[in-house]
Amino acid sequence: MVDFNRFTLANGLKVLVHEDATTPMAVLNILYDVGARDEDPEKTGFAHLFEHLMFGGSVNIPSYDEPLQRVGGENNAFTSNDITNYYITLPSENLETAFWLESDRMLSLAFSEKSLETQRNVVCEEFKQRYLNQPYGDVWLKLRPLAYKKHAYRWATIGKELSHIENATMEDVKAFFKKHYNPQNAIMVVGGNVKTEEVKALAEKWFGSIPAGVRYERNLVKEDVQTEARVETVTANVPLNAIYIAFKMPERLSPDFYAFDLLSDVLSRGQSSRLYNSLLKEQQLFSDINAYISSSLDAGLFIVEGKLVEGVTMEVAEKAIWAELEKMKNELVPETELTKVKNKVESVLVFSEMSLLDKAMNLAYYELLGDAQLLNKETEAFLKVTAEDIQRISNETFTHNSSSTLYYLTQENA
Amino acid sequence: MLNRQQAPDFKQVSTINFIQAAESKLQNNVPVFTIYSGEQDLVRLEFIFSNVNWDLQKPLQAIAVNAMLNSGTAQRTAKEIAEQIDFYGAFFQTEYVQDQSSVTLYTLNKHLAAVLPIVKDVISHSQFPQHELDIYIQNQKQKLQVNLKKNDVLSRKEFAHALFGNTAYGVDIQAGHYDALQRDDLVTYFKSAYAPNNCTIIASGKFEEESFKLLDEQFGQYWESSNAVKNKFSFAEREKQSIYREKAEALQSAIRIGKIAINRTHEDFAGLQILNTVLGGYFGSRLMANIREDKGYTYGIGSGISSLHDAGYFFIATEVGADVCADALKEIYKEIEIIKNELISEEELDLVRNYMLGSMLGSLENVFSHADKFKNIYFTGLGYDYYQKYIQTVKTITAEELQQLANKYFTTEDFTEVIIGKK
Repeated sequence: MVDFNRFTLANGLKVLVHEDATTPMAVLNILYDVGARDEDPEKTGFAHLFEHLMFGGSVNIPSYDEPLQRVGGENNAFTSNDITNYYITLPSENLETAFWLESDRMLSLAFSEKSLETQRNVVCEEFKQRYLNQPYGDVWLKLRPLAYKKHAYRWATIGKELSHIENATMEDVKAFFKKHYNPQNAIMVVGGNVKTEEVKALAEKWFGSIPAGVRYERNLVKEDVQTEARVETVTANVPLNAIYIAFKMPERLSPDFYAFDLLSDVLSRGQSSRLYNSLLKEQQLFSDINAYISSSLDAGLFIVEGKLVEGVTMEVAEKAIWAELEKMKNELVPETELTKVKNKVESVLVFSEMSLLDKAMNLAYYELLGDAQLLNKETEAFLKVTAEDIQRISNETFTHNSSSTLYYLTQENA
Repeated sequence: MLNRQQAPDFKQVSTINFIQAAESKLQNNVPVFTIYSGEQDLVRLEFIFSNVNWDLQKPLQAIAVNAMLNSGTAQRTAKEIAEQIDFYGAFFQTEYVQDQSSVTLYTLNKHLAAVLPIVKDVISHSQFPQHELDIYIQNQKQKLQVNLKKNDVLSRKEFAHALFGNTAYGVDIQAGHYDALQRDDLVTYFKSAYAPNNCTIIASGKFEEESFKLLDEQFGQYWESSNAVKNKFSFAEREKQSIYREKAEALQSAIRIGKIAINRTHEDFAGLQILNTVLGGYFGSRLMANIREDKGYTYGIGSGISSLHDAGYFFIATEVGADVCADALKEIYKEIEIIKNELISEEELDLVRNYMLGSMLGSLENVFSHADKFKNIYFTGLGYDYYQKYIQTVKTITAEELQQLANKYFTTEDFTEVIIGKK
């Protein structure tokens, strides 16, 4: 159970406070309701590039990192297709420094040319390091546009290509800031050795005077229902053949979300899971096999991926995956197996409460979903899932006509 | 009117409290260290075994035994072990590092009695079935093939081998080593290493009298001792080495440079950690400020000091654009020269002091992190006064002392330099 108090400033900034006196630390987490899905298709990778620029100094404070390190704090951030999340951890007695820094960059950035120039380079190196210079690193750059034709999930957070980042201008940066970085589009969570009254006073003091800005109304193009099997083959300098199959699944707030999560657990969580035992151990077709969900806010993907054992043909490997999926469609998951994955989820949720930062991030994310209290109702939602639910969604999901398959082949197999 | 240019007042971290480990012993004298916290009704139990009987002809036996520990006993198949552990929502993990092999169990207390016998069965009666070994060999060889396509992995391997040669710290694992794995060797190694007289148990969380009894019932008896010999290595000073592996298609080059240095037991260790932080140990470090934030050559660069049982080493690592590899190297060496030749300013040193103290405080996030802090000192033969001295050193070391350390340890003339990619 993660307790919290909640209030909203006059300018629309939502604030949640999680008091935890067992730690001498405090966390200040700010989630901005903007991700790669909000980008212009011709200027992709921008939300993430912008996240880097948020560390390049703000209107009144030339350096973001230095004053924070000076008070014993650390920070980082991440961008996804849905959100951009910034966090600070620091000794709680220096909490005000976090308010000072975060409020100033919400007020306005310094918009330094030097910072833009450098971060364009840094992000291009990140693009190379994580996506281009790694075996299988570009899978998501291929799989997304195969699975999505209209929705903005068709590009990855890093962007479609290096040139989009290289061409970003200061004008773009300023427009993006104005559109998305204001109190109405943000959720702040303060946690740790703090008191709600103290947080209220600090929030009013530092964030209260920031103009509300214009609320961004998201209006994304919806993906059409997929009605044909999609297939793409790539060859690359990799040692093993691999297969990636993406199926469409509903949005995060669908009541079936929890059933999908458990479905992926039945198939692939740990060494007692079905794909591991059947495909890797018994049939020895794969040296690596996984199933997971993308957990995106809009309609997402259910992915099955594996690396083939040398000598196994793609046809045999693919058939074996489908046989396991067919089983999910034709047979109910036995009660003990369902209980097993539910017990595991319950335990994961208890262990996740060991981390202050995780708790703060989760509160912000669930508040974005509509109500932070949903975080405390997760276990209940998982426990309600029935074997019939899992069979039903398997039938709705695992069809060739809603699948996008990427064959990733070695050059010898080209 | 709010003055946003004025930083709020702040304090340097003054006290850092450690939850100290309490020692007890099972009937068979296996030491159990408890780091207690009653916050959550859960526990982490770590069974830690020293790596033993080093044999260069069989460099993978300790690694394979650790990874395959849960692949079957006389009573349970691999699948049954996994199913039973998962059914109770518990987590069973194995880990091999240079000096130790460990088994970690995470469980809610309400399931401890049910999962402990499974863990006992695995730790004392693992059998390493041949068909499981065959699968392990096949899949590990495939993983190795993928890893050998990663420049950063290659640079780590080359670097460790250049420093530590054919020891457990440096041996260069190839596919052939997997092919040479024999079931009999695994069984022999297992009996030697996973024995009560080679085991230390660390319990962290809500671990009370009742739980101790359960643990003692399982692990305090019916578990055979062995006469294994703990690994012991010694290393000579190395000459300068330059290793370059060209990768024609590389977009980035992996760079790793450094040398054998000191480990936690050495009196200079805390000071060297501070010096390392200044150079490349945090986001605001000189290497990051220059090579990422000023030049934009890389997504990240860092340096570190690693403390092993029989050695320590210092390293700088990064992946940089292939076209700027030579420039990046030049800048790295330039930063080393500056830190050797110029005193660190009070302003920078104060920042680093405060950052490190805050970071130490923040690293004690929960009872598991307190247990990790205990392991750091216990397995190097140190006591909690190590941390008091460390904190004192962070607060009081002078710029002159740091410069002396830089000149003593950052001797680039005997550095090992590894580059994978293009230069």
